This record gives sequence, structure tokens and C-alpha cells, in this order.
Amino acid sequence: MIEVENCGPFKCETVIQADPDATAALRESAPLGKYNALKTYTNRNHLAFDELSDIWSTSETLFDFVNGVYNLPFYKALFFTLTYTFLVAPSVLILGLFIALGVNRLPQLVKGPTIFASLLPMIVTPLIGSLILFWMVDADGIIGATLQLIFDNPDLSLKASAPLTWIMLIIYGIWHSTPFAFVVFYAGLQTVPSDTLEAAQIDGASRWQRVRFVIVPYMMPLAIFILLMQLMDGLRVFEPIVGFSASAKATSLSWIIFNDLFGNAKLYGSAAATSMLTIIFVCIILTPVLIRTWRDFNRKGI
Amino acid sequence: MASSFKNRAPLLTWFATSMVVLWLLIAIGPFIWTVWGSFKVQGDFFSKADWRNAIYGVMTIVETGDSFTGDGYHGAWIEEEFWFNVLNTAVVVFFTVTISLTMGTLGGYALARSGFRYAFWLLILALIFRAMPHITLVSGYLLPFFEWNVWGKLSTTIVVLVAINQPFTLWMLHSFFLNIPKDMDESAMVDGCTRFQAFRHVIIPVMWPGVITTGLFSFLLAYNDFAITSMLLSSENQTMVPRIASFLGSVREQGNVMFAVAAVVSAIVPLFFLVLFFQRQIVSGLTAGAVKG
Repeated sequence: MIEVENCGPFKCETVIQADPDATAALRESAPLGKYNALKTYTNRNHLAFDELSDIWSTSETLFDFVNGVYNLPFYKALFFTLTYTFLVAPSVLILGLFIALGVNRLPQLVKGPTIFASLLPMIVTPLIGSLILFWMVDADGIIGATLQLIFDNPDLSLKASAPLTWIMLIIYGIWHSTPFAFVVFYAGLQTVPSDTLEAAQIDGASRWQRVRFVIVPYMMPLAIFILLMQLMDGLRVFEPIVGFSASAKATSLSWIIFNDLFGNAKLYGSAAATSMLTIIFVCIILTPVLIRTWRDFNRKGI
Repeated sequence: MASSFKNRAPLLTWFATSMVVLWLLIAIGPFIWTVWGSFKVQGDFFSKADWRNAIYGVMTIVETGDSFTGDGYHGAWIEEEFWFNVLNTAVVVFFTVTISLTMGTLGGYALARSGFRYAFWLLILALIFRAMPHITLVSGYLLPFFEWNVWGKLSTTIVVLVAINQPFTLWMLHSFFLNIPKDMDESAMVDGCTRFQAFRHVIIPVMWPGVITTGLFSFLLAYNDFAITSMLLSSENQTMVPRIASFLGSVREQGNVMFAVAAVVSAIVPLFFLVLFFQRQIVSGLTAGAVKG
């Protein structure tokens, strides 16, 4: 940077301009577009090995360390993505099973409309579903205003605090995914053999014991299937963060990629690095299923 | 479960029913609330004073003279030209579903009948690509699209959506064709049909249930997509969902949140009818993978 005097017809002013010679020299010594090896993966915005070891050596307690790591964008997103996935998936399983058991007891006439209504949260576009909930929890929306009334705190805003934003996103996730678990469990309940249930009843099993020792084991393969789908969906969580405008408080891996690519600064390299890391995570989580598919395929006898 | 041995415990029945009713309130309540509120003015839908204003429309009567108003819809569809985005969505969805079903049926049939080992690896690849977050693929697409100057066009988006959708259609139709007995097309071939004739005269007449189910899910993917359409379409050419997202930024400032609410409700209506008419197919499609596995 050099200072240049720009003299117009009325006055002279000093402006700072890029020095063409210096720029050329800089280009010479450190050219742009140089092969970067794996540095994009290890820089501060991704795996951040240097920063990690730095934080490890400076922080005194484990809490400090976690706090420091949380400030790195990639790990922050990873924290949220994993928390979201591992809180939503089990809740969805349990809730879905109970709703399926409940709906199964209903008279035939209302089952159809009930399933219809239950499907809606899952079918509706994620962004639109999250917007609908977002407007309801808005400070002036019905739920937001009611919460303010209950806690008698007119400044209470679900959007302003990080933990509340996380809770909101996780509740949205449960709302969005429960129908899937419900439908699968409900279809499974239709195929539970009634002989086994009757046998259990004759042996004196209570209603709860029949659920616990007959229905739940029978549902186990379905539960694993749902869990797998939930893991896949949880790892790609993205739309609710845009819908709830929650990016300041909670980011996910997909959101980082989106943010890198969106707008004018197109950070292809950075986005690609995050993409690859995400893909590796997905593959690790999927490995058990892949092995099972391999076995199934061989059993098919080809 | 046979209901003959169910000695109904009234307390349990009461508990189960109330839980289902609570779930229904949670599941569908937000939609009813938003649809109802979309016919009000902003002062009612986001009522600081009293939430019951949104039900009776106190401010709406003051501002427009009636307790229902179509202002939000007028603003969204005509002033903000939302109809154009709806047309775009229709084009994208129609072509995505048609192309991916055509390729999916042929490919799924081939994979189901093929005895080669590579069929397995193709399916595994399909499974992995299906599990990936969609946006991870976009980062690879963007740069070439800019270089070839095809970014921002509907046709580009359709191609990418088909590509993303294809693993799913392949899996679904592959397992569906496995359930059609091999004997059917083999006996047709014994009778002198070529492979393609066997497919046309024997398989096509019986494949519609599976194709309709797969088509529904392709429709949902194309219709609900936000990550790809928002990245690949220029702002003049957007489909509904990214348009709604970009509404949010602009309408907040102008105080026209009701435009966005109306647009959201408009986007829900087709999905509502989809579930209404195809509930059975959606349920069977959701459970297909589970029951099979």
C-alpha cells in the first residue's frame, strides 16, 4: 500500500492505493492459485489442527478446552449437528411408537383422518414448516406471546438466546420427523402376530408387559430402519436453520457449505472441503448398513 | 391385532385417546392457525395485545372493514409476482418427475434382472449418494456451471434434481421390480419376445403402483427442495421455496410479512391435496424400505 497524492482542480487529497510494483513482487513470491495440498482442510475454518493444539496447550480445564473448540466454526457446526441428530432420533422413535400404539386403539372410522393429519408435518416443505413454527414462536406470535405471559417477562425471546434456539430447532425436528416413525411403526403393528399376543396374555402378561416383551422386540428391525433414516436426515439438517433465521446461534455442516457458496464471495474450496468432511461422516455412520446390504445381496444367491 | 381379546380398560383408552388428540393438535394445529391467520392483517396475526385478535380479526375489521381479507394473497401473487414462481415450480417438478421416472424404471428393471456383480456396486453407490446431504453435491456443480454459462437456468436445475433424485428412484423401483416374478418376463421371452418387448408388454402393465409411489416421492423431493434451487437459480428465475426465503429478507423491512404468510399457505395447498388423494401410496412407500429390510 502506498500513499498517493491525487490533485484535482480544487484541492489535493491523499489516498491510499495499492502499489502495483509491490503487488507484482508479492505475486512473484506467493502466487495465487498455487497448489494448496490439504491446507484448506486444516485451516481455521475446517479441522483447525493448529488452533486445536493451541487451545489444548493454553486452556487449563476441560471446560476451557471445550469452550475454545466451540468457537471454531467447523466444530461449532459439528456440535450442533450431532446434538440435533442424537436428540431428535431417539425422541422420534419413542414418540412415534406411542402414537402408533394409541392410534391402533382408535375405532376404524377415525384412523384414516388421523393418519392424514399426522402425515402433514413430514410432507410439508421443511423450510415452510419451520417458517410456520417460527411465526408462531415470534415475540408477537401466539406461542411466543403466551410464553412471555406465562413467565411474565416481556423481553423473553426464543430467538435471542442460544439454548432456546437449539431447543426450538430440536422441537421442530421432532415435530417434522415423528410422522415418519409413526407411519412405519403403525404399519408394523398391523403385522404383529396375534397368536403370540394371545399366548402372552394367557400366560398372564399385563398390557404393559405385552408391549414390552412382544411388540417392542417385534418392532426392533423397524426401529433400526427408522434410526438410520433419522441419522441421515439429522446429518443434513439445514432448512430449519434458514427458516428460523437461527444461523447466529446454531449452524450445521450443511449450513456452512450453503453460507460459503451463497452471496458474492464464493468460497468453492472451503465449501468443497466441508462437503468432503461431511461425506466422510455420513459414510462412517452408514457403514453398518452397507455391510448388511452386502450380506442381503449375497443371500439373494447371485 | 385381533380386537376380540382386548378387554378395554377405560382409563387406558382414555389416556391413549387423549394422547392421540394432543398429537393431532401439535401436528395440524400450526397449519390451521397459519391458514386462518393468512386472511388477517399483520396486526392480528402478530398480535401483541391479545392472541384472540387473530381469531376474530379485530384489526382486520378496523383496517379493511371485513373480518377476512385477501390482501396478503393479492400482494404476494400479483404485486410480488408469485404466480411466476409457481409456474417455474410446475415446470421444474413436471420435468424432474417425468425424466427421473423414465430413467428409474428402465434402470431399476435392469438392475433387478441383472446377475452381474456390478449391479450390487451400482446400488451401493446409489445408497451412499442418497445419504449425502444434497448441498454437498452442489459445491462441486457450481463452478463448472458458471464456466459453461448454464447457471441460473431452469433446465440446469432440472438436470441436477434428476441426478439427486435418481439414486432414490433406482432403489425404490429396483426393489419393486424384484417383487415382480422373474417368470413373467421369462415366459414372454420363451414365447419369442425380445427383452424390450417383454418389458413393454408384460412388465409395463403391472408396474404402475410402484411407479406412482416412486413418482410421488420424486415430486416431493423436487417440490420441497430448497438447497439446490436456491443455489442454482438466479433471482429472476426462482421456484416457490427459494422465493419465499428471499421474501423474508425484503418483506420484513416493508412490513409485509403477510405476503410471505400468504405465499407459504399457497405452497402448502398442493401438498395438502397430494396427501389427501395419495395417502395410501405415501404410507406404502414409506414402509416399503422397512418391511423389505
